[in-house]
Amino acid sequence: MNPWPFVIAAYAVGIVATAALILWAFASMRRAEAAADKLKRK
Amino acid sequence: MHALANPARFLRIARPATNWSLAIGLILVLAGIAAGLTLTPPDYLQGETVRILYIHVPAAWLGMAGWAGIAASSASQLVWRHPLAAVAGRAIAPAGATFALVCLVTGSIWGRPAWGTWWEWDGRLTSMLILFFLYLAYIALASAEQERGGEGRLAAIFGLVGAINLPVIHYSVLWWRTLHQGQSIGLTGSSIDSAILWPLPLTMLGFTAIFVSVVLMRMRAGLAEAKVEARLRRAATE
Repeated sequence: MNPWPFVIAAYAVGIVATAALILWAFASMRRAEAAADKLKRK
Repeated sequence: MHALANPARFLRIARPATNWSLAIGLILVLAGIAAGLTLTPPDYLQGETVRILYIHVPAAWLGMAGWAGIAASSASQLVWRHPLAAVAGRAIAPAGATFALVCLVTGSIWGRPAWGTWWEWDGRLTSMLILFFLYLAYIALASAEQERGGEGRLAAIFGLVGAINLPVIHYSVLWWRTLHQGQSIGLTGSSIDSAILWPLPLTMLGFTAIFVSVVLMRMRAGLAEAKVEARLRRAATE
């Protein structure tokens, strides 16, 4: 059995999940802080 | 810790710490992955599939450490009523759930060539799956309590009770000697050859730094959302 497809699949899962987590957390933080700043300026 | 419970003081530290921990984490993870894929030899038994270790072990560690963090923040919420404790618990949960899922999926991918099966109802695998479901339940409970304007005390109690699963996961390989191998890395040493082991601390520290950064981002989002909600409520009553 060729092991490389399994190694590549495991790394892809780890990298994609971590990247998605970072992007989601960053976007939600920026959105929430922008809304708070906007309300503060009003 | 008590001094950091002040949201304004926390934000002064969290803003630069978010970027620094993310940058350090990304550098360490990239270095660890590159080294793990190109600079280490294949294992004499597992062959190339041993390289999955550099992703699977940090994910397992963070899946468990995340719940330990939820339990600690739940205890501070219930005992000291720290204003940031509930925010911290809610911020940790999605990151912990993600890494618990990565641990399960990468373990399953490793299991197919190594054990000849994608899944087995083994003690370690089953207790890790339970941890993932506990995360989902915690997220649902904390969100429901927040929507109803509650303090999150039920979620905090759930966070403390759920911590019972952590020693079960840790000792599962000793209590039920089934498919999952025993502990190979301990405080006193490791049964893994150093030629294979050395990139692991890089990915462990790197993913941990990324985890910290994500939790800080979620906490900052939680505090900003609370601020908006408080201002809107105040405006509605004026």
